[in-house]
Amino acid sequence: MIQWQTLCNLDDIPADSGICALVDAEQIALFYVSKLQAVFALHNYDPFAKAHVLSRGIIGDISGEPVVASPIYKQHFKLTTGECIEDSTVKIPSYPVRINGQHIEINITHA
Amino acid sequence: MNTKKNLVVIGNGMVGQHFLAQLVASSIKDDYTITTFCEEPRVAYDRVHLSAFFSGKTADDLSLVETNFFENNNIRLLLGDKAAKIDRTTKTITSAQGHTIAYDKLVLATGSYPFVPPVPGHDRPQCLVYRTIEDLEAIAAAAAKSKVGVVVGGGLLGLEAAKALKDLGLKTHVVEFAPRLMAVQLDEAGGALLRNKIEQLGVTVHTNRNTQLITDGEACLNKMCFADGEELETDIILFSAGIRPRDDIARACELEVGARGGIVIDNQCKTSDPDIYAIGECALWNNMIFGLVAPGYAMARTVVADLANQSASFTGADMSTKLKLMGVDVASIGDAHAKTPGALIYTYQNGELEIYKRLVVSPDKKHLLGAVLVGDASSYSTLLQYCLNGIQLPAQPDSLILPSLNAEPVGLGPDALPNSAQICSCYDVSKGDICQAVAAGCHTVGALKAATKAGSGCGGCAALVKSVLNSELTKQGVEVNTDLCEHFAYTRQELFTLIKVEKIKTFNDLLDKHGKGLGCEICKPTVASILASNWNDFILKTEHAPLQDTNDAFLANIQKDGTYSVVPRIAGGEITPDKLIVLGQIGKKYQLYTKITGGQRVDLFGARVEQLPLIWQELVEAGFESGHAYGKSLRTVKSCVGSNWCRYGVDDSVGLAIELENRYKGLRSPHKIKFAVSGCTRECAEAQGKDVGVIATETGWSLYLCGNGGMKPRHADLFATSLDKDTLIKYIDRFLSFYIQTADRLQRTSVWMENMAGGLDHLKAVIIDDSLGLCNQLEAQMQHVVATYQCEWKSTLADETKLKRFRPFVNSAQSDPSIEFIEERGQIRPAEPSPHKHFKILEVAQ
Ligand SMILES: Cc1cc2nc3c(=O)[nH]c(=O)nc-3n(C[C@H](O)[C@H](O)[C@H](O)COP(=O)(O)OP(=O)(O)OC[C@H]3O[C@@H](n4cnc5c(N)ncnc54)[C@H](O)[C@@H]3O)c2cc1C
Ligand code: SF4
Ligand code: FES
Repeated sequence: MIQWQTLCNLDDIPADSGICALVDAEQIALFYVSKLQAVFALHNYDPFAKAHVLSRGIIGDISGEPVVASPIYKQHFKLTTGECIEDSTVKIPSYPVRINGQHIEINITHA
Repeated sequence: MNTKKNLVVIGNGMVGQHFLAQLVASSIKDDYTITTFCEEPRVAYDRVHLSAFFSGKTADDLSLVETNFFENNNIRLLLGDKAAKIDRTTKTITSAQGHTIAYDKLVLATGSYPFVPPVPGHDRPQCLVYRTIEDLEAIAAAAAKSKVGVVVGGGLLGLEAAKALKDLGLKTHVVEFAPRLMAVQLDEAGGALLRNKIEQLGVTVHTNRNTQLITDGEACLNKMCFADGEELETDIILFSAGIRPRDDIARACELEVGARGGIVIDNQCKTSDPDIYAIGECALWNNMIFGLVAPGYAMARTVVADLANQSASFTGADMSTKLKLMGVDVASIGDAHAKTPGALIYTYQNGELEIYKRLVVSPDKKHLLGAVLVGDASSYSTLLQYCLNGIQLPAQPDSLILPSLNAEPVGLGPDALPNSAQICSCYDVSKGDICQAVAAGCHTVGALKAATKAGSGCGGCAALVKSVLNSELTKQGVEVNTDLCEHFAYTRQELFTLIKVEKIKTFNDLLDKHGKGLGCEICKPTVASILASNWNDFILKTEHAPLQDTNDAFLANIQKDGTYSVVPRIAGGEITPDKLIVLGQIGKKYQLYTKITGGQRVDLFGARVEQLPLIWQELVEAGFESGHAYGKSLRTVKSCVGSNWCRYGVDDSVGLAIELENRYKGLRSPHKIKFAVSGCTRECAEAQGKDVGVIATETGWSLYLCGNGGMKPRHADLFATSLDKDTLIKYIDRFLSFYIQTADRLQRTSVWMENMAGGLDHLKAVIIDDSLGLCNQLEAQMQHVVATYQCEWKSTLADETKLKRFRPFVNSAQSDPSIEFIEERGQIRPAEPSPHKHFKILEVAQ
C-alpha cells in the first residue's frame, strides 16, 4: 500500500540546506535545492562516520549530479539515489518525496 | 666470512654526508663496511643556510641527514670523535677517543676552518668566527650583552655575518683589508655600488684597513687599532677573513699538500696515496680550493664512481655565485674580472636605481665569458646558461643587460637550453633529467625536488627549475589547473578580487555572474569566508547560512558522534574565578566532558544540537562570547603571565594578548589563525610556533610571522623588532589582510609564506615599505572587520528563526536517540556505535 505522509512545511527547510525528520523511529534527512525547486530525502545515517549527521552536510553538485557532502569526512552522496560517489559499494536509502502545496510528503512503503 | 672491505670517511660535514648518501644509493653499497668520524657533536647540517639559525631554524631543521640514515644503512657513526692520526703502513686510523679503525679505502672530508689573522689580541674575549652551530650560539650569547659588532672581512661570508650581527640588534661595522667589498667576485664599480647600498642599510664599511692590534676598549670590551692610526671600539669581533683547508691530519701522515695548504688531489680526487681520497674544502685540485658546496658535491660523486670502477673525473667547477646580501642582489659569473686576453667588456650603470651590470664577452663577440650584477640579479640564470653552455650571444650582447624599452623580457627561455645544460649544480641535475622526471609524472616543484633533488641544495636554481617545469607541462598539454572547483574557474585569490571589486554580497550572485552549477562543499565555505572577510555580515543570515560548514552553521565543533563541543572565548587565557565557576556549573548541568585546550581555554564536549542555544544562553548571560573555535578564523592569543607577575617579565604579555584577541576575534580567514605573546625572550607562550608571535624585549615588541605547530611544524620568521604597540598592530593588520586576500583555500600562513615568491623579504617590502601601495587598503579592510564585530551566538539567540535550526527533528521534540555516552575517568565519552540495523526501511522497501 502506498502512503504519502506529511512531514513538515516547505518553509521549515531553509533553502539549500537540510533538516532531519523522525519517521517510525528512523531519522530521515530532507534537503531543499532552491535552483531545482526540488526536495530530496535520504537516510540521515552516515555509514562512514557511523553517526546520524547527513542533514547537516553542505549541498551542491558534482558534474551536475546533486549531492550532499558528509559534514564529518566529506564523502558525497547522490541526493537522488543515496549512492556514494567515492565508494560505489556504499549506498544509503533514499525515499520518494514530493512538495504538495506547502507540505513536504514522503512515501514509505510498509510491508 | 666477511669479504667486505672497510671504507672510512673522516668528517661528516656537507660533503662527507653527500658522499655517504651517494654511496648508499649506488650499486657498490654492499661492498663496504662503512665507518665515519664526526668531530662535531651533531651529524651533518646545512652550513650554507647556517644564518637561518638566527631567524629561528633549529639545528634539527638544518640537518642534512635523514632520520635513521646511519642505522638503516649500517654505517658506523663515531659521533663527537675526531680522527687523530692516520697510519698508512698499517692502514689504520686512531681517534681522539681511542678507537682504532682499519681501512681499505679512506675518504678525507675534513672541510676547512676560518682563518684568524694572527694579530696580537685575536684571542681576546668575544673574538669569534662563523662556521659551526656552536659558533653561532657563542655569537648569540655575546650579542645579548653587546652593543657594537665588527666583522673582519668584506667577502661573501663576511657580509652574511654582518647581516646576522645587524639582525641581532648590534651597531655593525665591516672592516676590509682590500680596497673594495667582495674583491674576489666584483670589479671596482660593482664593489663601490655594493658598499653604497650596504651603508644605506646602516652598516659602516671600512676598506683599506689593516688591523694591527686588538686590546682593551673604553666604551666597549675591545678596541681595534689599524695601521693608519685609526681605532674602532667594539664588543664583538667576528673574523671572516677567508678559510684554510683542514689538512693537518694529511700532513702528519705525509700525504702531499699544497704550498699554501690543501690536500693535493688528481682528477679522480685521489691523494698521493691511491687508497686515500680527499673531497670538499680540504682538497686542493689544480692548485685551487673550492669554497662552495657544489664543487664538493661533484667531487663526492666522482669518488663514488671511481670506487665503482666507472670512469669519472672532477675537472674543476663553476664558481659563479648569486646571493642576496642584506636585501641587495649580487651575482658574479665566470671570468668576472675579464682576465681572458682580448675579452670585450660591456657595462651598464643606473645611478638612480643603483644597478650595476657588466658582461665579459669573447673577442669574437659570440660567447659570454663572465658577468657581474649588483642591485638586480634577475638575469643571473639566463646569463649563467649562456656562459656554461656556450650558447651563441645575440648580435648585440649588451641587449642582455640593457633595460628593454619595449618591455620584452630578454630572458633565455628554457626551450633555448640544450638538454645537457646543468640546471642544478648542487645535485648535478641537467635540463634533460628534469624533462624526464616531468614526463614520468612529476608535475609540481615538490615532486621534482623529491625525484631529482634539483633545488634542494643552495636553492639558487629554483626559478629555473620552475620555468623548465612549466615549459615542459605546457608542451605536454598539461594544464596547470588552479581552479577552485568545478563551479568556479578561478583561484581563491581571483574570487577575492572579483567579490571585492564588483562588490558582490551573496554566493548566488557570484555563482550567477562567474560560476556554474549548484556549488559544492569547497566553493561554498570558501566564498562564505571571503564574503565575511570583506563585508562581515552575520554568517547565519539566510543567504549565507547554507554555505557554512556544519561547524559554522551550528556555531560549534562537530564531533565524531554528531554531538558538538562548545568553546567560549577566554581572551589571553585570563579568566576570573567566578567565570571559571560558571563554566564548571554549565559543564556539570549539561553533563559535558570538560577539557583544557592547548589554546588556554576550556572545551565542553558532548552537547546535543538542541542544547547549544540553552548552553549559550547561560554563557552569554554570564558575560562569555563565542570563541570561534568552529570557524576558520582567529582562535586564541595565548600568553605567558608576563611582567605583572613573572620576575623575568619585560612587558605585559597578558594585556597585549587580550587586546589583540579582542581586536581580531571573529575575523574570517583562509584557515585558522593562532597568536601568542611572550613577556620576554624565554618565550613561555611559544610564540614562535604561531601564525603571529609577539615577544617583549627591552627595546619593544618583536614580531614573528608564519609559524606553525601541528602536522608540519614551522618556526616563525622574525619579521620586525623594537616595535611600539601601534606599529605592531599596524603591521599585524596589514599582514592578516594581505594573507586573507592572497592565500589559497585552507592554506595556513606557514605554507602561504613558503610559496610566496620573494619570501620574507617580499613580505617585509609589502608590509613595511608598502612596495605594492596596498597598505591603506589593507588597513581599511581590517578596520571594517574590527568595527563590525558581533558575537555570533548573541545574534543567534536574539533571532527566533535562527534557533529553529537547532531542533534535532523538524517533526518531533524528541532528542536524537542514536547518541549514547559511556563513562570513563569520571566523565562521559561517546559509546562505540552499536551495529544496529540502521537501514531497516531500505530493506523493507526493496
Ligand atoms: C655561513 C656560511 C655560508 C655559506 N654559504 C655558502 C653558499 O651560499 N653557497 C655555497 O656553495 N657554499 C657556502 N658556504 C660554504 C659551504 O658551507 C662549504 O663549502 C661546505 O660546507 C663544505 O663542505 P665540507 O664537507 O668540505 O666541509 P664542512 O661542511 O666544514 O665539513 C667538514 C666536517 O669535518 C669535520 N672534521 C674535520 N676534521 C675532522 C677529523 N679529524 N675527524 C672528524 N671530523 C673532522 C668538521 O668538524 C666538519 O664537521 C657557506 C659556509 C658558511 C660557513
Ligand atoms: S616568557 Fe618571560 S615573562 Fe613570560 S613567563 Fe616566561 S619568563 Fe616570564
Ligand atoms: S644549484 Fe644549488 S640547489 Fe640547485
